[in-house]
Amino acid sequence: MPFLLYTGISAYVPLFLLIIAGIGLGFLLANLSVILGPSRPGIKKGLTYESGMDPVGTGHERFSVKFYLVAMLFILFDIEVVFMYPWAVQFRQLTQEFGMFPFWEMITFVLILFVGYIYMYKKGGLRWA
Amino acid sequence: MAYVGYSLILILLVLAFLILGAAYSVWLERKVSARMQQRKGPNRVGPFGLLQPLADVLKLLIKEDIVPSAADKPTHFIAPVIAVTVALITLAVTPFAKVAMPFTEGTGGWLVIANVNIGILYVLAVTSISVYGVTLAGWSSNSKYPLLGGLRSSAQMISYELAMGLAVVSVVLLTNARFSGESGYLTPGAIVEAQRGAWNIFVNPIGFFVFVVCAFAEANRAPFDLVEAEQELVGGFHTEYSSMKFALFFLAEYIHIIVGSTMITTLFLGGYLGPFEGLIGVAAWPAWAQVLWGLGWFSVKTVFFVFTFVWVRWTLPRFKYNQLMDFGWKRFLPISLANLMIIAAGVALYIAYFSGQA
Repeated sequence: MPFLLYTGISAYVPLFLLIIAGIGLGFLLANLSVILGPSRPGIKKGLTYESGMDPVGTGHERFSVKFYLVAMLFILFDIEVVFMYPWAVQFRQLTQEFGMFPFWEMITFVLILFVGYIYMYKKGGLRWA
Repeated sequence: MAYVGYSLILILLVLAFLILGAAYSVWLERKVSARMQQRKGPNRVGPFGLLQPLADVLKLLIKEDIVPSAADKPTHFIAPVIAVTVALITLAVTPFAKVAMPFTEGTGGWLVIANVNIGILYVLAVTSISVYGVTLAGWSSNSKYPLLGGLRSSAQMISYELAMGLAVVSVVLLTNARFSGESGYLTPGAIVEAQRGAWNIFVNPIGFFVFVVCAFAEANRAPFDLVEAEQELVGGFHTEYSSMKFALFFLAEYIHIIVGSTMITTLFLGGYLGPFEGLIGVAAWPAWAQVLWGLGWFSVKTVFFVFTFVWVRWTLPRFKYNQLMDFGWKRFLPISLANLMIIAAGVALYIAYFSGQA
């Protein structure tokens, strides 16, 4: 084995320290101008920007269902990608043990995935114009 | 637990480097863009305008923090914090050099904040959180332009994350195929070590191309900067932000550029490895020289890609939104999937017919 793998929780301590430092720094920086800057609120100043006009209606307009569709497709395909990680890290051992079988197995998986992709394509799930 | 002390020093150095680096990337961008348009760029504050970023930060700090009265205030506050925090913590698993020193004893010889075995998965997980910062900023402003900008950016980022993830899978596969005996390495350190001999850019050029383009899209940089398309969306998701909170989004964008460059360097350009290390005999050098050599090459490659980010922005025009989504879903997803399958076939055939191990 060429390298030591660090599996214990103690290897994660620096990671947690960095995350805490990052969050702390984020909050600190976001508060700095609140503390240092002036505060002169006004009614016109508090309006949202709409090219200089008074805002019309609510800011939370209805938006295209396409965005939800993209999010759902993303979850589907992202899970497929996640399935490939354990296959990829063990691919050499699997091939040494079983020959070409692990490769054809993943090809089958990708082909099934591809059928879904074609279906999505034909249904117009990717049509944006 | 002595190595935690060393890690603390490294954490402080990395955070300082990222924030200063982001400030000076802004300076670099302004200088380079000026040169490309035959202007001079900032040259008033300090020599070559080198103190310009500090002056900008100072000015932003003492500006009023305006929150729209219709905004969702807690979310409006938390969005820039998420954006900058996520950008700051991504560099935790990237190795900067490999050398046997007391400093690196706790991390397997790598100069790295945390040598954890989830490695590259941590990077992927953390970068996908950055979508939240942008989306929440757009939604919480309760304004139309930021909402559209936030929606566009979240759709764009998740679309390109797929191709990016697949490009990383191909790198992971190649990494583990090159070690004999045990495998199961996801740490960027092991990915770099596997590139001794041949960098991944030569072994996996399609993966490199896909990853670089996706890194541009993830950082919301031109030609993928639809999120802040000034002509259509004013300022995009940060239209309603002012003073330091606006600066945080700006900071996050430039830190993303730096982090993206370090990831390209680590995954495809051999990270801290210099060319012809075996010929020069770097392994026999004293420890301090090896650290400088590793850090030097790592910095050179990273700075080159930071420059490339700027270069591309001032060279290519922006995509249309439908082109952008088509590009992600209809081109890059199939290409990176096919690339992964070709690499897997190559590795499997090599093992089965040439190495005689099967």
